[in-house]
Amino acid sequence: MATQDNRSHSLDVSSILRGQSKYDEILEPCLKVENLNLFYGKKQALHGINMEMPKKKVTAFIGPSGCGKSTLLRCINRMNDLVDNVTIEGKILLHDDNIYDKSVNVAALRRRVGMVFQKPNPFPKSIFENVTYGLRIQGINDKRILEETVETSLRGAALWDEVKDRLNDNALGLSGGQQQRLVIARAIAIAPEVLLLDEPASALDPISTLKIEELINELKEKYTIVIVTHNMQQAARVSDYTAFMYMGDLIEIGATTQIFTKPAKKQTEDYITGRYG
Amino acid sequence: MIKSWFKSGSPWIWLNAAAVSTCLIMVVGVLGLIVARGVGHFWASPIVQLSYQEDSGEIKTIIGEHVDSTVTPAVMAKSSGFKLSDDEDVLIQYLIKTGNRDLTGTDFRWIQERNIKAQSQPVEMMVIERREWGNFYGTLTAIKENGQVIATGEQAWKVLDERLKHALELHEKIAHLEKKEIGAINYALEKLRLKQRSLELKNAWNEQSAKEFADKKLAYDTDYKNHQVELAGLYQEIRRDSLVATTESGAELAIPLSKIVDVYQPNKMGFFTKITHYFAKLGEFLSEDPREANTEGGIFPAIFGTIMMVMMMSVIVTPFGVIAAVYLREYAKQGFVTQLIRIAVNNLAGVPSIVYGVFGLGFFVYILGGNIDALFFPEASPAPVFGTPGLLWASITLALLTLPVVIVSTEEGLARVPRAIREGSLALGATKIETLWRTVLPMASPAMMTGLILAVARAAGEVAPLMLVGVVKLAPTLPLDGNYPFLHLDRKFMHLGFHIYDVGFQSPNVEAARPLVYATALLLVLVIIGLNLAAIIIRNHLREKYRALEG
Repeated sequence: MATQDNRSHSLDVSSILRGQSKYDEILEPCLKVENLNLFYGKKQALHGINMEMPKKKVTAFIGPSGCGKSTLLRCINRMNDLVDNVTIEGKILLHDDNIYDKSVNVAALRRRVGMVFQKPNPFPKSIFENVTYGLRIQGINDKRILEETVETSLRGAALWDEVKDRLNDNALGLSGGQQQRLVIARAIAIAPEVLLLDEPASALDPISTLKIEELINELKEKYTIVIVTHNMQQAARVSDYTAFMYMGDLIEIGATTQIFTKPAKKQTEDYITGRYG
Repeated sequence: MIKSWFKSGSPWIWLNAAAVSTCLIMVVGVLGLIVARGVGHFWASPIVQLSYQEDSGEIKTIIGEHVDSTVTPAVMAKSSGFKLSDDEDVLIQYLIKTGNRDLTGTDFRWIQERNIKAQSQPVEMMVIERREWGNFYGTLTAIKENGQVIATGEQAWKVLDERLKHALELHEKIAHLEKKEIGAINYALEKLRLKQRSLELKNAWNEQSAKEFADKKLAYDTDYKNHQVELAGLYQEIRRDSLVATTESGAELAIPLSKIVDVYQPNKMGFFTKITHYFAKLGEFLSEDPREANTEGGIFPAIFGTIMMVMMMSVIVTPFGVIAAVYLREYAKQGFVTQLIRIAVNNLAGVPSIVYGVFGLGFFVYILGGNIDALFFPEASPAPVFGTPGLLWASITLALLTLPVVIVSTEEGLARVPRAIREGSLALGATKIETLWRTVLPMASPAMMTGLILAVARAAGEVAPLMLVGVVKLAPTLPLDGNYPFLHLDRKFMHLGFHIYDVGFQSPNVEAARPLVYATALLLVLVIIGLNLAAIIIRNHLREKYRALEG
């Protein structure tokens, strides 16, 4: 299937963002999705998505189950490459480089675009080894660098004080919330530009969820964050921009305050007010 | 009523329970039989002295160990030719191990209980375990030195203890000299000969090397001669003493101490002495070489060969199986062909093991081994090096036999590694191979160990293919020794499973060897349990370490 060039018809997202942003600031887009189509076999899961995600802001994807928000998120670090029978058309630009270009080194891309999954997935290794995993893969074995990174990453993930005395314990001994923060620490240890969070708090209790949300607020000073969430209050609390997706289509994207107070589309309003989904 | 009983499910539960108990009873029964028959062999059983009326009416003395007894109904006994009077209901027979094969020609005889006139257990009776001709039963008369009597009666025992100890030490020394020292010289000489031959084949044999080799050979020869002199001295010393024993018929027999392994008087032993004796015999069984066509002595070479072969097999099968499984599960495109390969691999596990033996002999030994010989060992020709059955080929054949098990369980292990873990690793910028090495394979290692455990269990008990590709009745040398390169993969070896078959069915003295069959079988089971336990402990350790994500 050839990619249609409908750039001219594409939504000028940045202007919308600019126009409706609360602070009316000039936003530098970090990620640009251009006319992205995705097929699982013959079934189309994403229909011509066009959007931008601004730098050092939190963009939330909301929508009912199966709407394609996780699929879209996983496109951003090419995680969908692992799925059999998947066809992806269109472009995703990370600072003007198309990540689906043939010359792109996927492993290197994933170092720039970190990801945290729904369920905490620490490796069955020590806490220290979990955090240094990404560095060791890059061949960094200098003990001093590793130790420094472990401390800064764990501090960055607000976990340092809880685990500093047991860095050599197995990570699986941590609680679910701690494990999820460890996974975030592991992701930021390799200093990515973008952090993708796929329902990072859905498997956690309310207190752990709160901690993760606080953490997201801190992390956005350094990283561009894209978060998928089922929880609309969470989207409202943590995100600067919100994209509403439905059945593989991007229905609406805008500043979170605007999406949640006066959505432009009826579908968005219905979803947010709980009439479906 | 019955219907509701069926509905309640209890018949089903009973059936399950019955099936489980049957399995348990069978396993316990097998082990029980082996243990009961095998373990008793080393116990010093008392020597009985019987006055026995032969069929001719003549009264004879029989001494020996009671081994077995049978009870035959009179009718059956009569029909097989026993003359019983009418008031006898049954014929009771005892099997007595009478030993003294060199004098009587047999070790065992069956006697009828009704013809026993008197029975006693005289304390002075002794058992002599000899290096040849089996056990001797009788009494000690005198000790001789160079043919001169030096002690008799009670004194003789004291002297015997001392001299026998000395003789055993000498024997040990001789064995060491012959096997280790002279063995090493022979090995070196053979190496030298092969080297010379190889130089000749390359047309590089010249005067200089001839001189060099002659010098070396001379050095070895001098060494050899020195050892020979030492050996001759030892032989003379060991042949000095002998003992005179009296048999049940009153005949006297002189037995050189050099031919004696052990002398003891079971009727004199207390319970604790017997226990000590028991463990000493058990230790001998585990650590000594076999004697007398494997029917006496220990089985150390067989234990060593079995363990060695299983370890070699593990070393070969694990990497192959794991690599194959990784390819099948992680890299190969899942589809018809992969499925076909999988089915083929699973079916390989069902091929009768003798077929692997034939394949091993035809392909590994003759084709591979033959070519290796032609390429690398032309100097040894016409004697084969690898072109003959040996440890390497046996291990490879068994590795092939157990490969399916390792592949299947490794695949299952790989399939069980959660997708989330793989994605977590990939999301950190790891490539697929890095993810495999750093995370997936370690997490699948318990499953690999499971495969290895099953492989070991199968391989250690396999006999049929081994008979074709490397196991022999008696191997003169162990596959591992002090001569460079220490591990001799081309050598033939002994194996417990084959040993059982050989001792039980191929030995000239089946009756005497029967307890050994059970003892060896028990040992084989223990070796397998031991190997498995080691693997299971490692696996549990790994499992603990790489405990997968739960919930």
